[in-house]
Amino acid sequence: MNKIDCDKKKIRCRSLVIDGTKYRTTLNKKFEKRQPWSKPEKNKVKSFIPGTILKLYVKEGQCVKKGDNLLILEAMKMQNLIKSPLEGIIKSINMKEGEKVPKGKLMIEIGFA
Amino acid sequence: MGLKRKILELHKKREEVLKGGGDKAIEKQTAMGKMTARERIISLCDPDSFHEYDLFVEHEARDFDMDKKILHGDGVIIGTGTIYGAPVCIFAQDFTVAGGSLGMMHARKITKIMDHALKMKVPLIGINDSGGARIQEGVNSLAGYGEIFFRNTLSSGVIPQISVILGPCAGGAVYSPALTDFVFVVDKISKMFITGPEVIRTVLGEEISMEDLGGARVHSEITGNAHFFAKSEAECFEQIKKLITFIPMNNIRKALKFEPKEPKPEYRISEIVPGDPRQPYDVRDVIKAIADDSDFFEIQELWASNIVIGFGRMNGDTIGFVANQPLVLAGVLDVDSSDKAARFIRYCDAFNIPIITLVDLPGYLPGVDQEHAGVIRHGAKVLYAYSEATVAKMTVIIRKAYGGGYIAMSSRHLRADFVFAWPTAEIAVMGPEGAANIIFRKDIMEAKDPDKMRKQKVKEYKEKFANPYVAAARGYVDSVIEPEETRNLLLHAIEVSGSKSVFLPQKKHGIPPF
Repeated sequence: MNKIDCDKKKIRCRSLVIDGTKYRTTLNKKFEKRQPWSKPEKNKVKSFIPGTILKLYVKEGQCVKKGDNLLILEAMKMQNLIKSPLEGIIKSINMKEGEKVPKGKLMIEIGFA
Repeated sequence: MGLKRKILELHKKREEVLKGGGDKAIEKQTAMGKMTARERIISLCDPDSFHEYDLFVEHEARDFDMDKKILHGDGVIIGTGTIYGAPVCIFAQDFTVAGGSLGMMHARKITKIMDHALKMKVPLIGINDSGGARIQEGVNSLAGYGEIFFRNTLSSGVIPQISVILGPCAGGAVYSPALTDFVFVVDKISKMFITGPEVIRTVLGEEISMEDLGGARVHSEITGNAHFFAKSEAECFEQIKKLITFIPMNNIRKALKFEPKEPKPEYRISEIVPGDPRQPYDVRDVIKAIADDSDFFEIQELWASNIVIGFGRMNGDTIGFVANQPLVLAGVLDVDSSDKAARFIRYCDAFNIPIITLVDLPGYLPGVDQEHAGVIRHGAKVLYAYSEATVAKMTVIIRKAYGGGYIAMSSRHLRADFVFAWPTAEIAVMGPEGAANIIFRKDIMEAKDPDKMRKQKVKEYKEKFANPYVAAARGYVDSVIEPEETRNLLLHAIEVSGSKSVFLPQKKHGIPPF
């Protein structure tokens, strides 16, 4: 067994930089699929768990205070009351009562007054 | 009634039960490309070595008209046999009988053979092929699972426990395999999940097939739940038999000794590793250049491949190999590879299998995803496992051993017994580029030509620190060796540490970063 020649063996060698050094290596699926991190935005209310929208308490254009009820998200036989994280105006509502939502879906966006 | 008639009666009773769920159910099983439970046991054991117990056990359920149903052997076969002459205890769920569902008596049969395995200190092999809890038996079924999990835990580290997934294994049932040492899966046959596609669809509205959710590939490549992947049941049984030859039958005995054999000549150790630490190679070739007969039995080959683990032999005795794999992700430690290595180290330690560690890593994988996935907690498992392990620990530093990665990979400081380094080893706090950028930041920034200055400083650092001699000067490395000397020195080290005994502080148990 001799040294690996990436081109000859048809191995898809890539570069990976660690502490300023570039290494020739292969990447795995998990590494290639990783999502870039973004700062969470407080005014975007996302579903923390997949489930069903049981009740909607607000309408678009409505003013809300911090702590006001926004909706009930039912998941795993538990009714989760979602409250407004801040004061503002409901800019958009992206689902209806009775709708199933996946995890991380943007449900409500709150605009600043 | 004479003796002959009574014997005939026994034969008739046996025959009846041995049919399992009957011809139709067997036909269905075969149509799915699956062997029957009995065929599986026969394929696995030495010819005529298997003896079955509890053949005539019957279930006791009365509700939902269950009292009118006959379930032969209550859907599970238990017994003892041998594999290459080594005794084993086996249970195999029979999918042809009520879908292999687990009722109270079914569970009692399993726990009976588990108790037997622990008492006799022989390996336990469980063949799983079951629809899950027998709903008609309600909480008794749950009790059965609990009794199995409890015994899996008590047996852990005393006898090897092997799980073979040859059908569905869903809900609570998956926790028994998860508690065992080695999980074998077969492509398109094995399915493991906590909640199935149906539940996911109705509750969450997400569509996914059984195969994509918890098929053999998923558990071999993504979750790391499975240790061995096979394309057919026959291949799977060969893998199990091979594993049995490598592992001791309990935590007191040693594994079978084989005829020592030199590695195959095509694995030329001095020609595998490129001198440039940034170039990749397949570390399995180095293991094969060291191990007897170049025979390396890899575990979890498809998952977290940036670290390589598995068994080989040195002078005929079983050895556990742990090696960074520069070919994948430059051989970094990350969440998955740390978990993979740490568990294997603990397995080797529990069963007194010496560990050879081959080191070549640039450190831990940088990234928000890794940090947020808890790489601190997971990485700590490697430190814990090596520190706690009292078996003979031999370390060979091939090239890079930087920073936390150097410490974690069975360093002298975690009480490695022998630390060898090749002349190509670079044992330093970090790579030359990174280190020079920090130490000489001011010089580089203030230089007329910062790029030129950086290059010069990197070169200076490389010459001074990117070698094994700084560590050797402190005795952190016992010996700087030529690659060609590796096998002989390791053989010697294993011989010298044959009677190693170390006593850890008395405690009930430690608290590893699970």
